[in-house]
Amino acid sequence: MRPALVCFAVLLLSTSARAEFSGNVALELQSFGEAAQFDEQFDDNLTFSFKPKLDGEWNNGDDLWSLELFLRADNEDAGREHADVREALWLHVAGDNEWRLGVNTMFWGVTESQHLVDVINQIDQVEGIDGEDKLGQPMVHLKRYQDWGVIDLLVLPGFRERTFQQREGRLRTPLVVDTDQADYESSREDSHIDYALRFSQTYGDLDLGVSWFKGTSREPLLLPGLDDKGAPVLIPFYEQMAQLGVDAQLISEDWIWRLEFIHRAAESNDYSAYTAGFEYTFYGIMQTAVDLGMLLEYSADDRPEGEAGAFDNDVFLGTRFAFNDAQSSEILAGFVIDTENGSRTFRVEGNRRFGTSWKGTLELQTFSSIDDDDVLAAFAQDDFVLLEMAYYF
Amino acid sequence: MYKLKFPLLLLGLALPAAALAQSAEEKGLEIATAAKAYDQGFTDFTANMVMTLKNKSGRTSKRQIRIRTLEVEGDGDKSLSIFDEPADVKGTKMLTYSHGLEPDDQWLYLPALKKVKRISSRNKSGPFMGSTFAFEDLGSQEVEKYTYKYLRDEPCGELSCYVIERYPAYKFSGYTRQIAWIDTAGYRLVKAEFYDRKKSLLKTLTAGDFQQYLGHYWRPGTMDMVNHQTGKSTLLEWQEYEFKTGLTERDFRSQTLKRIK
Repeated sequence: MRPALVCFAVLLLSTSARAEFSGNVALELQSFGEAAQFDEQFDDNLTFSFKPKLDGEWNNGDDLWSLELFLRADNEDAGREHADVREALWLHVAGDNEWRLGVNTMFWGVTESQHLVDVINQIDQVEGIDGEDKLGQPMVHLKRYQDWGVIDLLVLPGFRERTFQQREGRLRTPLVVDTDQADYESSREDSHIDYALRFSQTYGDLDLGVSWFKGTSREPLLLPGLDDKGAPVLIPFYEQMAQLGVDAQLISEDWIWRLEFIHRAAESNDYSAYTAGFEYTFYGIMQTAVDLGMLLEYSADDRPEGEAGAFDNDVFLGTRFAFNDAQSSEILAGFVIDTENGSRTFRVEGNRRFGTSWKGTLELQTFSSIDDDDVLAAFAQDDFVLLEMAYYF
Repeated sequence: MYKLKFPLLLLGLALPAAALAQSAEEKGLEIATAAKAYDQGFTDFTANMVMTLKNKSGRTSKRQIRIRTLEVEGDGDKSLSIFDEPADVKGTKMLTYSHGLEPDDQWLYLPALKKVKRISSRNKSGPFMGSTFAFEDLGSQEVEKYTYKYLRDEPCGELSCYVIERYPAYKFSGYTRQIAWIDTAGYRLVKAEFYDRKKSLLKTLTAGDFQQYLGHYWRPGTMDMVNHQTGKSTLLEWQEYEFKTGLTERDFRSQTLKRIK
């Protein structure tokens, strides 16, 4: 894999008229307030990440290429130490058609608290539990612009397994997930070819997307098993699935209404789930430049209790402060409350620029009154503070 | 019969007076309409913008933004801003379809999430990138955005200017009125004063270093906006203006935001 990448980069650099280098390096300090639930888990951890990006274009911008890598070095948590190709892409524009060939990362959907519709890329879960860090996905992608909407057609060869915290990691399942034993419903295992289709269009203040996916589920079932030493572990099992997704956003003055809905059909389950809510913004509060946004989203999932995800019957209540200052300071704070068992998670994240090239982020996450039967029970003692300083170039 | 005579007499007196003496409001509107007409037909332009923010104690910070604008007949322009500096916002792009009195349509591309996000743009009075420029100060100038009143002619530097008052028609504007100095030869906006919702003087804009493009269209090389209430100021330096570059609607689609360099 690595020599191929180097060749790719050299080839592109030599053929391209113009190349640009950008990215960031970051140091992250994570500190857990409470003693770990499981023996081997660490308490404090200092890690390093590097995210370089190279890109360029030729043919007057009708051909573009990009290469984006991600690397994390972690001396406490071997499960988190990893490297990934987020993008290694050739993009060709031919009138109203855009062709993308290679590895890419994309984002579908509109809601803030979870991302149901967004199924193309696998989640890089060791990077965060919010589903916003994703692994690069190999694809052939045709995007076509029509007067009546935009069509995306994707053929996805090659499957990426979800990353999981290992024995030393915090925020993990009580039994470690043994990714070496990953199993598949398809006899083609991780070389099953998946397909996806999406239609999207803007109608005045309404943005609408309808998508369909058929192939290997990015969300594995975790089945009990034994590792090679005979110790109990969880084994990821990736089913085949078909998913219909709808995402919609409507802007009406200070209100933004958002909806994501999916119906997923797989061997183990046939279910629907949705997230719906709004964001209301108060502009320039108290004669300042500060904007205050209030967010409310409700999520439901009709799988039986225990099989559903973390958002089975949950309310997300959030506030967003945009200071609109020279340092682009922002604070986002929010609760997720399970309306059935009262489990609460709270998260606040603030960031600002320092000087011209530095950005600091402070994050606090707590898990309180977590019900023993809740999916989050394993995280009950994993409240943490995270400080990140990143240098951008 | 007798009844009709009196109104007719009045009308007879009023007509020539109205034809001769245009009201201050009519003259103001006439100047704004002529200024818009003068600038029509530029088709499209690209330019680089260096933005220097300065706070009360003199500390500065810089932004670099590339601008691409497409003229849209019968509606506000379409415009794309590509952020190059500071480095942490590099690759962020903002697409705006501006409309006269309706809120604009606006999309933001966030490179960290690789996400195109439609954003609310009703608050045109908010600061642009932490600067003293509000979104509404930088938006495309449409006649219907204001009602007008002509005040006087007066010299402005080496030029001579119409001085007109503009009252925002957009209900969420941050201003109650603006006083604009517009030169009589090329309709250059040389200076403007902005009065806040409490009717006190908030900001003064001074534009300079004007250059004429395609032998017709004037664009400022510098725009300096001073906020008198906070002591902050922002200097915009415009570079590398190019007109009629061949941009089309295709270059201003929300779904192309991710790939645009």
